[in-house]
Order: sequence, then C-alpha cells, then structure tokens
Amino acid sequence: MKLFYITAYLPTSIGEVPVADSKLNFKDRFGALMVRLAFYRNSYKVNPGLYAVGNPDGASDVFVTANYKLSFDHLRKNLDELNAWILVLDTRGINVWCAAGKGTFSTTELVNRIRLSRLSEIINHRKIIVPQLGATGISAHKVEQLTANAAAQSILSNPSLSNTAAFVPDPVSLNPEPGFKVIYGPVKASDIKEFVRKKHHSTKEMRKVSFNLVDRLKLIPVDLVMGSYKLLAVMAVFFILSAINKGEFSLHDAIDKGLLSILIIGSGYVSGLVLTPIFLPFIPGRSFSLKGFLMGIITSALLLLFNKLGNTYLEMISWSLIISGISSFTAMNFTGSSTFTSLSGVKIEMKIAIPFQISLTSVGLVLFVVVKFIN
Amino acid sequence: MREMIYLKNVVTLQLDADKCNGCRMCVKVCPHEVFEVSKGRAKIIRKDYCMECGACALNCPEDAIEVRSGVGCAAGILSGMLNNTEACCGGPDSGACC
Ligand code: SF4
Ligand code: SF4
Repeated sequence: MKLFYITAYLPTSIGEVPVADSKLNFKDRFGALMVRLAFYRNSYKVNPGLYAVGNPDGASDVFVTANYKLSFDHLRKNLDELNAWILVLDTRGINVWCAAGKGTFSTTELVNRIRLSRLSEIINHRKIIVPQLGATGISAHKVEQLTANAAAQSILSNPSLSNTAAFVPDPVSLNPEPGFKVIYGPVKASDIKEFVRKKHHSTKEMRKVSFNLVDRLKLIPVDLVMGSYKLLAVMAVFFILSAINKGEFSLHDAIDKGLLSILIIGSGYVSGLVLTPIFLPFIPGRSFSLKGFLMGIITSALLLLFNKLGNTYLEMISWSLIISGISSFTAMNFTGSSTFTSLSGVKIEMKIAIPFQISLTSVGLVLFVVVKFIN
Repeated sequence: MREMIYLKNVVTLQLDADKCNGCRMCVKVCPHEVFEVSKGRAKIIRKDYCMECGACALNCPEDAIEVRSGVGCAAGILSGMLNNTEACCGGPDSGACC
C-alpha cells in the first residue's frame, strides 16, 4: 500500500526508492496537530530507509533524520524544490535530539543504515548530512572509519555474497574505499537551503539552539497533558478536604469552597507550567524551581487581588504556600524541555529544591487542615 | 533577546588542550558556542552555557574532551529515582526533550 506522503517510486540501480512529497498535506498537518496536543505520541513513525525528494541522482545530497514522523515531515518540507536523498534511521519513532541522547540515533545505527540501504551504490560521493543536534549520538570520525571499505568488508566477512551476480569480488571492490564523511547540518531544518547555498557550511547562528517564546509555547500543551492526571487527583483531594467544616462534612462547603480550591490549585499549576515558561527569561533567578516559586508568589498575589485566596490570613498563607510549592515543582519539570540545562545542574537544583517544595506544600497543607478545625 | 544561562560552575566539561589538533569539530557540533579554536588549539570560552549534551566529546577525534553527559531533565531524573528505570523522552520535535 502506498503511504499518503509517498508520491511515486524512483527507479534506481538498486531498485525503486519511494519519493516523499515535499509539500505537507492535510493529513500530515492534522497528525502534527494531534502530536502537539499530545493525543498520540508513541506511534507516529515512518519506515526507516532511503527516500527521495524531487528527482535526485548520484551527485545529490543525502540528509539523515529520525523515523519520528514530525522530524521526517519537517525535513522533507524544507527540501522543497531541491533534489535530495533522505536516509531515515530507526530511532523507534523518537525525534533526533531525544534519540541521540538515548542512543538510538547512533553511530552504529547510521553505519548499519548506510549499509542496509546500499547508499554507496546510489551516490557517487561520500558525504552525508546529519542534523547538528544528532551529534550527541553520532561520532563523525567513527562513522568514517566504520564505513570505509564497507563493500570489501562485507564480501570478506560473508563469502556467500561473492557468488551472487551483483557482487563480483573483483580486486577493485576489495581495494580500500573511503568512508562516509559526516557533515553536520544546521540545527533548524529551515536553514537547510541556506546551508546548501553556502556549500555545506553552517554559520554561527545556524549552529546555535534557540529557546525563544515560540519554542517554549510549543512545549506547553504536552507538558500540561502529561501532568493532568496528577492535577486531577490533587484537585479531587482538595475538593473533598474543602467540604470539611469544623470537623464535619458539609455539601454546601464542598460546592462553595471546593470549587474555589480547584481554581486555586489549578492556578498553581498554570503558574508553573504556563506562566513560568512564557516569562522564563524575565523572572529573576537561574534555577527553574526558584523561577517557579517566584511565579507562584505572583500568582498568589494576583488571586489575592481578585479576592480569591480565601477569607482569613491563615487561609491565605496556606494557599500561597501550596501554590508556590506546586508552581516551583512543575516549573522545575520544565528543565527537561529546555535546551540549556545541564544534567549536573539539574541534579544540584533538585537536591536543594525538592525538600524545599515538599516543606512548602506540607506546611501549607497542615495549615489548610488546621484552619478547617478552628474556624 | 538575551540568551538564558543555567546554574554557574556546575558543568563537568573538561578539555585537554595538549591533545587538541585544532580540527574545529567541537566548535561545529556545540549548540551553545562553548568552544573557540585559535592558533590551532581549542579553548573553552563559555563553560556555564554548556548543557552537557556530550556532542563535543563524542566528535573529538583526539579524545581531548571529557564531559559527564546526560539529559538535564528533572522529571526524568525523578522518575528514574522513583522507579529505577530509564527516563522519559519523546517530546515534540522542536529540539527539546522529556
Ligand atoms: S574536536 Fe578535539 S581536536 Fe578538534 S579542535 Fe576540538 S578539542 Fe581540538
Ligand atoms: S557538552 Fe554539548 S553543550 Fe557542552 S560544550 Fe560539549 S557540545 Fe557544547
């Protein structure tokens, strides 16, 4: 069955290579939207292997990507009007950056995929373009060593091949063959045309990862959906707790204060997962937990302004503590989505921040319960 | 917009400049302009911007760079600690993760 993003098949010396559409259609866009909204995440793959864009020949560039469909889509869209090959690695449907960190976008996978796709028989040069963010998983000089002489190696290690018509082991193919040279392409696929125009040179700007407002905004829905189950559980607990008045359960309070408590908890959450990422560069402090905490304080102040933080001082204090605790914790989780936090740094931050967040929230909770019994 | 920077003096990045051959590979792979090569030798110029991705160490043909790499992701570290399993991953394709 022909997949919807394949327009044709290009006949080559090694057989037909699927031609990927360089324009995204409705189905591609709809799928991307679903992924962004986190409706489906794990099953959005393309088949690994070689694809064509336009009408490439032996001299055309080869671009490497992951078999996460959005990575693939992003690449082919930016190859529009070029003639090129795409080599899709099997990263189990994970994007380049994550897969490189996880070790599936790797030297071994690249070397194997080059061999399996018989790339060296299709192209007459020895260059492959790997996205720079893939460098975390790929060692350029090792790829070159391992692919050098690949044809000769495979014949020597597999004598049965030497009997097939396709692989006559004449002395020439046993001669040392140069390996594939990895060229790191720009961080953003949208710079590819510029990169090609500059004869495979990435400028300083093209090598840098940005983490601007748009980048951050894109991450928010996924983070929100990922955490929503925990949020619902917390809200349910507070809803029930709110119903307790002077040690007795009251339906009136459940509706009255329960809804308010849901609003308050929700704002702690929004503070950490939406407001903190949006205002990230403008909130003082370097650690995300501190930024989240400060945002929590601001959120509490805003609620106070609108008279939504409870009626007594004790209640207000308890809610502010809970909000800033939640906000600090959820903001800290945004370190995973950021593109400038180091593992060492996050570990240190967590060591200090988690006890702090736990104390904030538990003191807040204790106060909240105490208020219930003395009011 | 100004570039964001994370905690100071926590990064494990190390360079043995004596081994360096000046090939500039570290400059080419680093997404945060941490290295500079001058007079045929690499130099760390913006250590605090390093995110410990490990790309430079992996691509240095002379093994001159060392860094304890990993994904700086609180949720991942936490779930790893709690469940004794691998961390998350698989976020949207904007170069980010976890
Ligand atoms: S990659 Fe290694 S050898 Fe090349 S410039 Fe950097 S430190 Fe020197
Ligand atoms: S570990 Fe990554 S961010 Fe740090 S210097 Fe090396 S390439 Fe740059």
